[in-house]
Amino acid sequence: MPKLNPWWILKPAVFVACLLPTAWIGRALWLTYQGLDGGLSANPIKDVTEFTGLWTLRFLMITLAITPLRRITGLSSLIRFRRMVGLFTFFQGVLHWITYIWLDQFFMWGEIAKDIVKRPFITSGMLGFTLMIPLAITSTRKWIARLGGSRWQKIHRLIYISAVAGVVHYYFFVKSDIFYPLAYGLLVTVLLGFRGWHAIRTRTLKPATTYSR
Amino acid sequence: MLIQRGSDISSSEITPENLCHNRREFIKTASTVLGIAAAGTIIVPGCTTNVEATGEPQAKHGQYDTTEKPTSLDDIASYNNYYEFGTGKDDPARNSKNFKPKPWTVKVEGMVKKPATYDLDELIKGLTTEDRIYRMRCVEAWSMVIPWSGFPLANLISRLEPTPSAKFVEFKTLVDPNQYPEQRRSFLKVLDWPYVEGLRMDEATNPLAFIATGIYGKPLPNQNGAPLRLVTPWKYGFKGIKAIVNIRFTDKQPVNTWQQQAPQEYGFYANVNPMVDHPRWSQARERRIGEFFKRPTLMFNGYADQVAQMYSGLDLRKNY
Repeated sequence: MPKLNPWWILKPAVFVACLLPTAWIGRALWLTYQGLDGGLSANPIKDVTEFTGLWTLRFLMITLAITPLRRITGLSSLIRFRRMVGLFTFFQGVLHWITYIWLDQFFMWGEIAKDIVKRPFITSGMLGFTLMIPLAITSTRKWIARLGGSRWQKIHRLIYISAVAGVVHYYFFVKSDIFYPLAYGLLVTVLLGFRGWHAIRTRTLKPATTYSR
Repeated sequence: MLIQRGSDISSSEITPENLCHNRREFIKTASTVLGIAAAGTIIVPGCTTNVEATGEPQAKHGQYDTTEKPTSLDDIASYNNYYEFGTGKDDPARNSKNFKPKPWTVKVEGMVKKPATYDLDELIKGLTTEDRIYRMRCVEAWSMVIPWSGFPLANLISRLEPTPSAKFVEFKTLVDPNQYPEQRRSFLKVLDWPYVEGLRMDEATNPLAFIATGIYGKPLPNQNGAPLRLVTPWKYGFKGIKAIVNIRFTDKQPVNTWQQQAPQEYGFYANVNPMVDHPRWSQARERRIGEFFKRPTLMFNGYADQVAQMYSGLDLRKNY
């Protein structure tokens, strides 16, 4: 009997889990459309905009948490989920972007351009989203090979700017209750801070290990 | 050769648009009145009048009403900004279930002949209740059509008899941390309590300025500001202060809560103005609750005829 590979179950399971937010909002919209209670407010378009925005940020946090978790727990195989969760972040970002372009601005590109230039609220959101596009494109194995590991990694550090831009965007969005934007800001600080701390630590440790040999 | 001549009519002779509308309004009103007079015994076909059995015309129902489709009570009572109950749109409906709008007292103070603390029933006793179907435009770029019931603020003010020195009227919302969860919050408090709003006296006595005590003919739901709430349909929704416990007449312009919170974003006047954007979003269009496409926002929320003259000479870009 061939040995059962746990990844055959785990990966699809995580994939399905990542689809749940979209399934929920899709169902809610469908029920609302039919005149039933889908759990949305009197302003479903605003609900969708906020929902997809929040989930972009949440997926982004999960993506950023994978490396620190690997380092802390020693579960290196967590890396296998990173690309998938990262692409789900982008997927949520695309949904969020579409709600803005379509349902908020109705493809009035002039208005959109003005918004991007004039309003830091939109500028930050657009920046965060745009920086995710090259990451999504170069997420394939082929692109990693083409770019080479270290160059690929450098490009993918753009996600740090995306994360900061996303939190700034969220901060600009709220009217006066800054609790959640601050909480996400703190989370990003911890997740990026860990990387900084780890980089400094490995840099200072490296010579020591070299010399000890 | 055709030589084009300028208009013979000098610009001063052209009737301003608002007067035109007023005239049309006047003709409409006048014919209704005549209809009533003639009705005595004859029933004028197609002429519906608001005459009760007593012969007393029911207060001016209709004159300021929009004919647009009112938003459902369900939506009006479930999508609210009432930060005392929470910052989510569904928080007010959820957290106001045990709110007690009765008994209720209102303190009237400042430059007024009869400063006193009134029981609500006593304060509004004898004021004729009327219905007003008004548009409501939130500063967040969504809007509703709400059938209020209540009375013109002017009627209440004339009863309170402010002194001639009074130039503004200031309102305050109840402070009661036992009933308002957000007033118990000390970490990253969202606003300074109590919620304060204010109007210039001419704004407050404008026929459109209204005190609501009900919606759809029913008592005002707690989440909509029971028992007493200001409605100024030409201004952004946040001017419509809820659960009023204090009315103060003053000669100094009040600092309203949102102006105090973010003076670069919210001003004292808060007149609906599609030409002056909120720093973070455009005010040119709005989403009417229940509609898919956005619609253009109208100057003074479509009430320019009634209110524009109060702001002539005022720079609306500076006095947002």
